[in-house]
Amino acid sequence: MIAYIMCFILFLVGLYGVITRRNLIKIAVSLSIMEISTFLFFALVGYIDGGVAPIVDPAHPAKVYVDPLPQALVLTAIVIGLATTAMLMAVIIRLYRKYGTFDIREIRNLRG
Amino acid sequence: MNPLIPLFVVIPLASAFLIMIIGRFFEEFNKYFTSLVLFFLACISFYFLFITGENIFVYKVGGWEPVNNVPIGIYMVMDGFTVIVICIINLIGFLSAFYSISYIKRYTAGNYFYALFCLMIGGMNGVVLSGDLFNIFVFLEISVISSYALVAFGVESNELEASFKYQILGGLASFLILFGIGFIYWKTKTLNIADIKEAFSNGYDKTSYMFIQIMILSGFGLKAAIIPFHAWLPDAHSSAPSPISAMLSGIFIKAVGIYVIIRLFFNMFDISSGMAVLITSLGTLSMVIGVFLAIGQWDIKRLLAYHSISQMGYVVMSTGIGMILISRGTKPEIASLAIAGGIFHLINHAAFKGLLFLNAGAIEYTIGTRDLKEMGGLSKSMPLTSSTSFIASMSISGVPPFNGFFSKLIIIIAAVMAKFYLLAAMAVIVSIITLASFLKFQRYAFFNKSEPVKYKNIKEVPFPMGFSMVVLSIICVLLSLLVIPEIRDAILTPAINILVDPQKYSSSILVQ
Repeated sequence: MIAYIMCFILFLVGLYGVITRRNLIKIAVSLSIMEISTFLFFALVGYIDGGVAPIVDPAHPAKVYVDPLPQALVLTAIVIGLATTAMLMAVIIRLYRKYGTFDIREIRNLRG
Repeated sequence: MNPLIPLFVVIPLASAFLIMIIGRFFEEFNKYFTSLVLFFLACISFYFLFITGENIFVYKVGGWEPVNNVPIGIYMVMDGFTVIVICIINLIGFLSAFYSISYIKRYTAGNYFYALFCLMIGGMNGVVLSGDLFNIFVFLEISVISSYALVAFGVESNELEASFKYQILGGLASFLILFGIGFIYWKTKTLNIADIKEAFSNGYDKTSYMFIQIMILSGFGLKAAIIPFHAWLPDAHSSAPSPISAMLSGIFIKAVGIYVIIRLFFNMFDISSGMAVLITSLGTLSMVIGVFLAIGQWDIKRLLAYHSISQMGYVVMSTGIGMILISRGTKPEIASLAIAGGIFHLINHAAFKGLLFLNAGAIEYTIGTRDLKEMGGLSKSMPLTSSTSFIASMSISGVPPFNGFFSKLIIIIAAVMAKFYLLAAMAVIVSIITLASFLKFQRYAFFNKSEPVKYKNIKEVPFPMGFSMVVLSIICVLLSLLVIPEIRDAILTPAINILVDPQKYSSSILVQ
């Protein structure tokens, strides 16, 4: 249970970072932290105490295997996360070229 | 197994790659190819509209049959509700792509634009067709990432800022959704929507069930821009190129937001009165606050974007009323009426909001500004844009005989019959304020005679833009035919039946 709570705390750390940081890069990093905590949660969901890697061995049929599905899901989600982060970083670099700053308080044309 | 179903996902994804490769060698390839592909998809979707009816078609990707009645493959499901959303996605997608043939001359990178456009369509089709929670997430990310790029397509400071905001809030929403999916998998050990319904029907833990529902609702609510989560929408939708704004406002928030909320809360979760009241009040809030935020806007596209929030409020409120009635277990026919009103308004909104954004794009294309104060007297020089936008404005404000009137009428009648008099009154008042706001738009853009000299020499928009606008305005008028009982029974009733009867949904998918 403690692992699940740590994982949720990591999610909240990321959320806190997204809300309070002023630097564009730090916001992106906080978002990545949230992402990692979600992946960790998936890995925990599939974990079975004492389980081994799910490669079926006909010689020892009675083994306990960990659930392979969440691992497959995490692999997919990591690829998606990579695309999201790359996209975010590309936009941040463009914003830096336009405004010459990473400070979010100075980037506010759109209001109302 | 209907072999045509995966085409909705495969064709757009494949054409995105083809455009990037072949578009390098032939300059005009991307424009006509995209329009052709989307026209073909629109034709197949209308074919499905005729054959689906009460049937449910299931396609198992890779041919993985269920083992011991446990589904193991990825399911794609086509039922009465899906087919309506598929139709509007591909139809509006085709018209926007055709419109862009001329509009894209404002930008340089045509290949990237059309490739991203196809990816977005493919992602949305995937979200709508998927019968599997994780697959919904994957396709959602495909469409959302391409929409991030399309919002920033102008790469000026405003576009980049809007895209950054959109990406942060969209990323937050994605992780909430992923967390919710993880929780569901933890509790049920399955990802198939129909199978999850079966697993939950064997009893569940109330607290975690509530937690999952809140996670999923806030995640998809962020994507759908329901009111407390709406901050990104006006920026993103007003900064994107106009055909993309039409796609985002007309379809995107419905396909990846409202559609998934309705599908999951009717067909996957048990309808509880607490969630029903929450959804209804969120819908009412969006309806009222959205329209008040729209009044003060002078930028046309921001005005339209705020109206999107308000009109989506109608859809959410009316389906929420249906949920409340179902959870009480009384008056099922009024619940069906309320849901019918919601779905009808969803279809109508796709037509008129798409048209309004295309009109805004046409104005921007000819005179180069989006500020209402700088326009005036355009009705003489742009008769086509003026008349189509008049039809759209009257539709959105609910003036008979246009389509918006009938859907709002059904929603209000359902609210009155369910004895929610306050909600009905609010719907009427919001409709009147919408009318006022669009009269302002019409007057300042087209009829104000203050500056007749400045815009004397402008011409009407080129043929592709005009064609898309005329077709959409005809659709706006034709959609009011859905109120006729025979046509409604053929199109809307199967969608409602599938939503109000979750048992039928899950059992008919699992036996196939």
